[in-house]
Amino acid sequence: MNDPVDVLIIGAGASGAAVAWSLAETKMHILCLDQGGWMKPSEYPSTGRDWEAKFYGDWSTSPNIRGRPEDYPINDDNSPIKVVNFNGVGGSTVMYTAHWPRLHPSDFKAKTLDGVADDWPIDYDTLVPFFEENDRMMGVSGLSGDPLSPLTHPPMPPQPLGLSGPLIGKAMNKLGWHWWPSDTTVATMDYEGRARCINLGHCTPACAQGAKASTDITYWPQAIRSGVELKTHCRVREILTNEHGMASGVVYYDKDGVEQFQPAEVVIIACNGVGTPRLLLNSVSGRFPNGLANSSGLVGKNLMFHPYAQIYGFVKEPTDSNRAPPTCLWSKEFYDTDLSRGFVRGYGIQFGRGAGPVFEAVASEQKGILPWGADHHRVFRKLNGHRLAVSAICEDLPEEHNRVTLDPVLKDSHGIPAPKIDYTISENSRKMMEHGLARGREILETAGATDICINNPIPWGGWHLLGTARMGTDPARSVVNEWGRSHDVKNLFIVDGSVFVTSGGVNPTSTIQAIALYVADQMKQRLANLFD
Amino acid sequence: MSAANELTAAQRDDLRTVAAMIIPASDEYKVPGADDPAIQADMLATLGRDTAMVRAALDHLARLAGKPLAELDAARRDEVAREFRATGGGPAATLVRVVLQCYYRDDRVLRSLGLELRAPFPKGHVLEEGDWSLLDPVKARPAKLRRAP
Repeated sequence: MNDPVDVLIIGAGASGAAVAWSLAETKMHILCLDQGGWMKPSEYPSTGRDWEAKFYGDWSTSPNIRGRPEDYPINDDNSPIKVVNFNGVGGSTVMYTAHWPRLHPSDFKAKTLDGVADDWPIDYDTLVPFFEENDRMMGVSGLSGDPLSPLTHPPMPPQPLGLSGPLIGKAMNKLGWHWWPSDTTVATMDYEGRARCINLGHCTPACAQGAKASTDITYWPQAIRSGVELKTHCRVREILTNEHGMASGVVYYDKDGVEQFQPAEVVIIACNGVGTPRLLLNSVSGRFPNGLANSSGLVGKNLMFHPYAQIYGFVKEPTDSNRAPPTCLWSKEFYDTDLSRGFVRGYGIQFGRGAGPVFEAVASEQKGILPWGADHHRVFRKLNGHRLAVSAICEDLPEEHNRVTLDPVLKDSHGIPAPKIDYTISENSRKMMEHGLARGREILETAGATDICINNPIPWGGWHLLGTARMGTDPARSVVNEWGRSHDVKNLFIVDGSVFVTSGGVNPTSTIQAIALYVADQMKQRLANLFD
Repeated sequence: MSAANELTAAQRDDLRTVAAMIIPASDEYKVPGADDPAIQADMLATLGRDTAMVRAALDHLARLAGKPLAELDAARRDEVAREFRATGGGPAATLVRVVLQCYYRDDRVLRSLGLELRAPFPKGHVLEEGDWSLLDPVKARPAKLRRAP
């Protein structure tokens, strides 16, 4: 048996890294276990001539396609949106677009403002200091003063507008609609040991330059210097409990596949909105026959994805194509509820600068706008390097039938039952997506785009895994309390996107990490009576 | 066994034929077709995890054609190709993607497109700053952030 630790964190991604770094100042013995390993930037796709092809295989965003030993399979056959993630030190911050909006104050009060879903037990203002701290730690670029977004103070200037930005800006100005340079975690200047962005362009499947923030190069080096221990290639199978109903530690498989028990005084789960309910549901015992921390029956339920309604087209002018970070601008024009639109709540818009030649050829052939035969060359030259994209990130409201359960057959390489996703897009979301597509078409047509195509939803767009262990003050209606502690198991905490009560209409990583820092802060303030 | 040897000679012939149908050579753009020997060699050498799907696609193609694709007359070949794309599902999509991803990394093709023959890293690209005055009308908007009363 391993020596007991004070705090055991499961998962070294966005939230696990943040909570580890924050708790390090307590000088407790903190250990983090991750099923993946450290990343090797020299092996990232953009270092090779086959950089685009890798996106369809070893560097796919889908764990089912990627199939690395660190990945676990996910049965998402019963969902129009497929789960995408990354497993390793840094988690999905290694493989994300670095788009960095925050949830809005109104997102924490959906019930009060719009009579839907539930209010969060915390509000935006509570999280502000943690948003600010996180922006400094991750290294955010952007422009303060967006009139329709929460006030931020990015420590670096925004990304250049490039060729695509002005085309979008002019169209939005003609329509009289809001747009603004996005906050992103792409370093636009040398920052805290990270080199500035040199526009490799192929940002999503990891940044070889290290300009895109991922927690393996932001939080983790500092956390480890502060004494946190991180063990890689250690996959946790289940959390055990003792006769007092407290978590006693975890059973995991080490890098050699040997089963180990790691005792701990406190267990923190940071495995994302699919991995966390999977672990809790796999932690069945006589005391917790329906899974750990599941007296409410809500573990795994209320899964929210953010359905992405994407529309794109091709302009005469050259766009940035693959020569810039893919995202640079957002719009909040349709973020707030306006019932005259036929749906409640709203969506953010994320603009796309373009794509590389292989991606363009493959996508356009699939859409039927790039022909086979002699005309292929002419058409490809018209499309390649001329794409502009508009994506509506639609707020997904919590519905219990959208859920993560355990697949009765599918298992990972260690024989641990894999997650199964059951998910449908609601009528409200459908109407929101249609609205987003119609507005996107107006934007593209105003920009002069033709050959317009849609992805509704983006099928491999399940980036945002939220809501499956929601926070709340009522133990019957939530899994963790307002500071992330399980209602049922007093030394068990959850800090990832599972705790979201509603999803908002923006990329969630900034808010996930702010919550992780907030929970860590609450723990530090309550150390003397943490389990009361 | 190398990936090249995992396709039969007949399958390699059909792959070459269908690749030329997707992207024929062009004198106008001074580019080879996707049946070019170097591009074909790249496909076979890098099939890797796509081998099973490509093999399934080629089996489907062979069933539709009934004989080597190259032996069909042009009209019949086009008809088979249309049916292949319409009914081939994931395997056909994978085959087409393999053809495209190898074609659009060939030096001659990239040169014709005016693209540099290199990986993105370490040189990167230069991105122009753009006209920030476009943002002035947005800055003039009143700030509005919805809050609970």
